[in-house]
Amino acid sequence: MADELPKPEELIDVEHVPPITGWMDTPVEIRKGMYCYAGNPKSLETLGAPNPRQWNPTDEDWKLPDNWKEIVFEGLRERLDKFRSFKVFMDICVRCGACADKCHFFIGSGDPKNMPVLRAELIRSVYRNDFTKAGKILGRLAGARPMTLDVLKEWWYYLFQCSECRRCSVFCPYGIDTAEITIIGREILNLLGLNIDWIATPVSNCYRTGNHLGIQPHAFKDMLEFFVDDIEEVTGVRVEPSFNRKGAEILFITPSGDVFADPGTYTAMGYMILFHYLRDLGLDITWSTYASEGGNFGFFTSHETMKRLNAKMYYEAKRLGVKWILGGECGHMWRVIHQYMDTMNGPADFLEEPVSPITGTRFTNAKSTKMVHIAEFTADLIYHKKLNLDPSRNDHLKVTFHDSCNPSRGMGMLDEPRYVLQNVCNNFYEMPSNTIREQTFCCGSGSGLNAGEDMELRMMGGMPRANAVHFVKEKYDVNMLACVCAIDRAALPALMDYYEPEVGVTGLHELVANALILPGEKKKTTNLRGEPLLGMEDEDAE
Amino acid sequence: MGAIRQLLSNDLEKLLIESRAAILQEWFTLVVETYPSETARFLKSQKDPFANPVGRAVRNGVEDLFDELLRGLNREHAGALLDPMIRIRAIQNFTPSEAIGFIFFLKTVIRKIIGKKILERNLSQEFYAFESKVDDLGLIAFDIYMKCREKIYEIKANEFRNRHYSAFRRAGLISEVPDDPALK
Ligand code: SF4
Ligand code: SF4
Repeated sequence: MADELPKPEELIDVEHVPPITGWMDTPVEIRKGMYCYAGNPKSLETLGAPNPRQWNPTDEDWKLPDNWKEIVFEGLRERLDKFRSFKVFMDICVRCGACADKCHFFIGSGDPKNMPVLRAELIRSVYRNDFTKAGKILGRLAGARPMTLDVLKEWWYYLFQCSECRRCSVFCPYGIDTAEITIIGREILNLLGLNIDWIATPVSNCYRTGNHLGIQPHAFKDMLEFFVDDIEEVTGVRVEPSFNRKGAEILFITPSGDVFADPGTYTAMGYMILFHYLRDLGLDITWSTYASEGGNFGFFTSHETMKRLNAKMYYEAKRLGVKWILGGECGHMWRVIHQYMDTMNGPADFLEEPVSPITGTRFTNAKSTKMVHIAEFTADLIYHKKLNLDPSRNDHLKVTFHDSCNPSRGMGMLDEPRYVLQNVCNNFYEMPSNTIREQTFCCGSGSGLNAGEDMELRMMGGMPRANAVHFVKEKYDVNMLACVCAIDRAALPALMDYYEPEVGVTGLHELVANALILPGEKKKTTNLRGEPLLGMEDEDAE
Repeated sequence: MGAIRQLLSNDLEKLLIESRAAILQEWFTLVVETYPSETARFLKSQKDPFANPVGRAVRNGVEDLFDELLRGLNREHAGALLDPMIRIRAIQNFTPSEAIGFIFFLKTVIRKIIGKKILERNLSQEFYAFESKVDDLGLIAFDIYMKCREKIYEIKANEFRNRHYSAFRRAGLISEVPDDPALK
């Protein structure tokens, strides 16, 4: 009959519903854009890490040692004994699902194995099978499964799709921290030489030259000296940073991304301007070309590697004979400092409890680590009215603030950056409450995942953050996303480029420096990026 | 490009508007069911737009696109409405046809829900015309999909350069070929 409507599926046979299989029966498919390249064997060799070799994640053969299973079990056993938290997390999950939809990678990818509970089950199922009675007897009924090569591949694939952000842990009634499970899972994978190059090579560089890019001390110094010229061009003031100066009161350590990567470079200039301003008020601070990296990708490798890379902070502080350490804007660097440094490489009894030389404020929160976050330091300066600020110099910006996972959830620093922002710019707008502070959404590129080849993964993981930025952009015309993390500054520009191309990315101290009125400065017509200041556009013509 | 205008007959339009809610619900369901079942459940149930941006993009997307089709389909409007959904699907675990195929589900849905009435009221010709607009929408979606993919490649290619190269160049650490044509 001519009038009978043919069904479209009769014309084209497209199956739109994916097959329903349980997660254990859904084999891992290693998809391009979702994983990072394998660690370069040379980097592994530098570190003395196990099983250095060329291998490719999409190859059948991962070139594992014959006794790889034994190594995995031994590794698991050792860590179950050593880390009480890990053992507890393996045992107490009731699979209530409260965490399931809280992970940005699940929300963005729609892949159930990115639900935190399932991510942990990948390991937990093996734990049950080989380390619990119920699992040994009941097998699958008890949620247990034997370790196989496919399971190992699944571990690798999904443990490098977790940015160790801890958002899921905020919602777990038992406080299970899937990030910690990922950390230990990655550590076990490293025993087999299963790492990614975006982590392994920076770690090896850091081990050799002190920073992720492998830049040598003289180039580090050169770069900062070029900033001196740039700063003079914009402000008319010549700042004088000092390097490796013995006897300075304070050592400054920041992630190398601030020195070598845009837009972090403007934040580095911000620190330099602030330090110059404070010099006459009594700040005595030095940079180090040896401890030239605050970041610590060792944290994404193993506890041991993290410890080795972190050691240089105290070592350098001791060598220079400073009283305490000021740290720049970074994310995971602060998780390492706040939660591990004292136990790993302390006690730093050769240092003193940090006291601001300008305000006299005693940073009792840093009593054990002797290290203060620059956002706290600056917030205290502003609170004591020590900074002469003109926030209108940031009037061309409508700013929102992205809480980086580690400073917010890893060390509870929520209000200090906001306090600083509200004092250095006039237009500040918060993103929706379930996307900020403790509930902040990750940039999608944390924990060493900010490579180029996994761009799809990063864009999925960053999507919930971008979605919240979109909201404030539509509502308040927000055009600048501020953050206190070097990985954010490296990763968010790409995220914005894909989702919200009109929104830029800045560090906090870039905005501080732009608002700061320097004694002896020339009439400023541009900010540090060379962009004209509002109301100053015509001044040049006059 | 201007409107691909082709006004619907009042009768078909009325029918589509009458069944709007049912059509949209069904279309939404089919789209979220392109995800694994656990994910589909979440996409359907979580109503907070910031906790469930994909679900929200799909829900808003199908509604707005349906209304745009009724209005006559302006290419630019339609593109802006499609963008959030395609932008997400272009990076998720879909083949190109799966990423944009959800648009054609609308045909199935309408046939299922009001197909009988269309026949009874002799509106097949109008409906075919409507369907060809759905096809147009599919083509627009394909363009957006390609733009998203190109953007991803562009970011992949340039990110490292943007991050480091310009900083090093400003600092004079990179020596460039001078603008002298004799040297090129
Ligand atoms: S919220 Fe906690 S207990 Fe519940 S499933 Fe997640 S990890 Fe398990
Ligand atoms: S730690 Fe973050 S990335 Fe990892 S599972 Fe939890 S929410 Fe996801």
